[in-house]
Amino acid sequence: MNRDNDKGKTLLQRLSVLTIGSIVLIFVLMGRLYFLQVIQAEKYKTMADENRIATRMLIPPRGIIYDRNGTVLATNEQNFQALIVAEQTINLDETLAQFKELMPLSAEEEEKIRKEIKTKQKFIPVKLKDNLSWEDVSALQLNAPYMPGIIIDEGLNRTYPLGEYTAHFLGYVGAVSEKDEKDDPLFMVPGFKIGKTGLEKVFDERLRGQGGNIKLEVNAMGRVMQEIERNRGLEGESFFLTIDSRLQKVAQDAFGKNSGAAIVMDVHSGEILAFVSVPSFDPNLLTKGISQQEWNSLLNNERKPLSDKAVTGQYSPGSTFKIVVALAALENGIITPKSTYNCSGAMPLGNHIFHCWRHSGHGKQNVVEALKNSCDIFFYQAALELGIDKIADMAHRLGLGKKTGIALENEQSGLIPDEKWKMKRFGTKWQKGESVIAGIGQGYVLTTPIQLVTMMSRVVNGGYEVSPSFVKLNMAQKDKIRKLPISKQNLEIVKEGLFEVVNAKNGTATGVKFNINGAKMGGKTGTTQVRRISMEERRKGIIKDEDLPWHLRNHALFVGYAPHNQPRYAVAVIVEHGSSGSGAAAPIASKILQEAIKLDIK
Amino acid sequence: MYKYYEAGFKSQTLSLKDRFYNLSFGYIFCILLLAAIGIICLYSAANGHWMPWAWPQFVRFGIGFGLMLLLSLIDVKLYLKYAYLLYFAVLLLLIAVEVAGHVGMGAQRWIDLKIFKIQPSEIMKITMVLMLAKYFHSCTLNQIESTRGLVAPVLMALFPAALVILQPDLGTALMLMFTTITIFFVVGVQLWKFALLGGFALISAPIAWHFLHDYQKNRVLTFLNPERDPLGAGYHIIQSKIALGSGGVFGKGFLNGTQSHLNFLPEKHTDFIYTMLSEEFGMIGGIVVILLNLIIIVYGYLFASRVTSYFGKLVIIGLNTNYFLYVFINIAMVLGLLPVVGVPLPLISYGGTVMLSVMASFGIILCMDVNRNLNLGRSSFGDD
Repeated sequence: MNRDNDKGKTLLQRLSVLTIGSIVLIFVLMGRLYFLQVIQAEKYKTMADENRIATRMLIPPRGIIYDRNGTVLATNEQNFQALIVAEQTINLDETLAQFKELMPLSAEEEEKIRKEIKTKQKFIPVKLKDNLSWEDVSALQLNAPYMPGIIIDEGLNRTYPLGEYTAHFLGYVGAVSEKDEKDDPLFMVPGFKIGKTGLEKVFDERLRGQGGNIKLEVNAMGRVMQEIERNRGLEGESFFLTIDSRLQKVAQDAFGKNSGAAIVMDVHSGEILAFVSVPSFDPNLLTKGISQQEWNSLLNNERKPLSDKAVTGQYSPGSTFKIVVALAALENGIITPKSTYNCSGAMPLGNHIFHCWRHSGHGKQNVVEALKNSCDIFFYQAALELGIDKIADMAHRLGLGKKTGIALENEQSGLIPDEKWKMKRFGTKWQKGESVIAGIGQGYVLTTPIQLVTMMSRVVNGGYEVSPSFVKLNMAQKDKIRKLPISKQNLEIVKEGLFEVVNAKNGTATGVKFNINGAKMGGKTGTTQVRRISMEERRKGIIKDEDLPWHLRNHALFVGYAPHNQPRYAVAVIVEHGSSGSGAAAPIASKILQEAIKLDIK
Repeated sequence: MYKYYEAGFKSQTLSLKDRFYNLSFGYIFCILLLAAIGIICLYSAANGHWMPWAWPQFVRFGIGFGLMLLLSLIDVKLYLKYAYLLYFAVLLLLIAVEVAGHVGMGAQRWIDLKIFKIQPSEIMKITMVLMLAKYFHSCTLNQIESTRGLVAPVLMALFPAALVILQPDLGTALMLMFTTITIFFVVGVQLWKFALLGGFALISAPIAWHFLHDYQKNRVLTFLNPERDPLGAGYHIIQSKIALGSGGVFGKGFLNGTQSHLNFLPEKHTDFIYTMLSEEFGMIGGIVVILLNLIIIVYGYLFASRVTSYFGKLVIIGLNTNYFLYVFINIAMVLGLLPVVGVPLPLISYGGTVMLSVMASFGIILCMDVNRNLNLGRSSFGDD
């Protein structure tokens, strides 16, 4: 019995230990609760919000681009999309079938859509079709009760109202690709587009604006439960360009079916009034999605509609380069306005004979006459006496041989050779004969249309160093334009020659009509060989250029300005394989300059 | 523990009316309160709907409450009489489940009776206690302190635990073992024996580790470092802590728990219901639930100390400890103090078997307490 009492006593002792132990453990739990819910509460509150709140970026409307008169060149158009939310359909197949009755889907598209629905969570909308017309939208809305799960969503699409007319300088926007630098969180937003080429790319950061965001409460599956907050962000900056869309249209249309480029420049400021590269393409195709077939046809077109010939095309300037040589010769005192060279139609140098384009020769020529007649012998002589370095120096002053800094991508620098360049490039000495050829803008010399129009402007504006620009210059920027070290008198003499080209009885471009408000046009033609003509062909009396296949015909060039008395507009025109500068390029230039004067663009 | 004038009644059987009046109504009140809180939580877990959890739980609690009353009012001697029989019957069920499980190629814990699913391991928690109580009831202290006297109860406790581990249900097995150890402790097994067991456990832990299932190993590793696998096994613990912590002192309000209602919190109606409760009702709500449970547990130990019979004391201690383990393991688990072992919070978590087994335990505890003055006598039913 004693031991029985002990048994009971032991149990009671141990029971009290157990009870106390249990209470202690329970208090440990309460302590932990205090630790988590009071001491660490803030940390976990933040984490709970991070869980619950998903931030989505909102794409800001892209800045609008206007021409100098306020005509819209690039804007954002409402884009209606039809989406399907799988979980809201009663029967997915039925809804899709109903939709197809209204808006046919190709088997390919349907397969893609079904695949997307399968892989995505049921509450995520899947795109069925975008760029819906108003008729489509109203048809869908009318039939909505029979198609549960179809919703219509609106977004913004970049559109270019003038389409082909603006493609080459505006460029276009496209989806962010792997190569693009991802410096903006907006780049992660699906559907966000950035400027891919042209001014859309150059001004992209400013056009883009600042992304807004929207805070959503989501559950663990990512389903949106409700909107908490919305921050609209900042619309992109809008731009006024110097382009005049009316002139742009006339200039582009003037080319007809020809391939080439034309740029019109305000000679005093360098502002670009029209910027043409033809054939062009419709940038709206690229923003809305282009078929592989259409893309390939653009890519493989022999006239290269995708390349911007105005800044990337490098052409021999041909006779238009005689402006540079004439100025260099006058500035360096090789010739005076009165001094003459005699053109007999040919000039021997060493064991080589250089011909004038007019085999019978021009007789005695001063510089104005030589420009008017585009006499080759005169410029052979002048170039020979000048040497290439002095020619190159003048060419550089007039903006040739280096990029104009227009900021469009792939701008080419052209090429103005000199003795150093030849040594570096080929390791051989410059030959006198090469100077002779350079004197008529052939040989190594290469220029881009934008350089040629810059040159023209600098020659006729009294020698001021203007540079091409798509945005208007302010007063301070205009004041900064530097006077080039070229004498005004010499510039006037060259201008006189350019006037004669168009207005004398027998100038190379005399046939070109120019009749507007009594204003006169001046300019210089150029015709450059695309292929080498062999000595044998030359001797035989040659095949006519018009009889050659298109891609072997000569390029036609014309640089001009108007009005002659007080020049305001300069133009450079190149018609690829246009055969003759006076026949193909000068009439286009004339049309453009007349329009510019008519519009009185300020 | 009993007043001297009651001594004359101590071997008498009480009338049903006396038994009813002897019920501890304070204890029952606490149980009702906790069950009510549980139903409110399940209502919230279903985003403010009675279905699919709150209403069935209400029905089950009703059935459980009836069972509790029934078990508290039946003749206490029946427990002593049928303790071994019940133990072996449930042991057979456990073996049956194990065999069926192997046939069914997978973890099998249930016997489906259509209306209820019976989980033999849950019933084993009760019958094990009854069996051990009966065994020690009839032992002398000398037998208890001898090593030989421990062989039979240790084997009888280890065998079902081993079966449960095989199922595999680590949480239940651990609870069975802890309950057993507690009973061994209170009956007076010398402390050095526990020390020896502890040492042995330490040595064999690496071997036992080898036998754990991968998901069990993961749970332990994840417990030790939840960030190890933040989207996998650690996800539960991390999300639970976020829910709790963000609830703060006063909570986010009824039906307003973001973590639970946006489904970041897994198993919010079962194992993690305490987390949801503390997210919505804050630390205040969490502490109220802990305190109610503490009252129930302290009540239990108080009953144990005032019951005359050794069998009654042991039954109460065993079942009460079992209840304590449920509460402690569940809450410690969701607070990130213990690995996630899949132990529900009784009376609050959704689930039929645990509800019934816990209500049955309360019934038996109450029955022992109702008959607190009855001396069951060591030799009257004992083996010696």
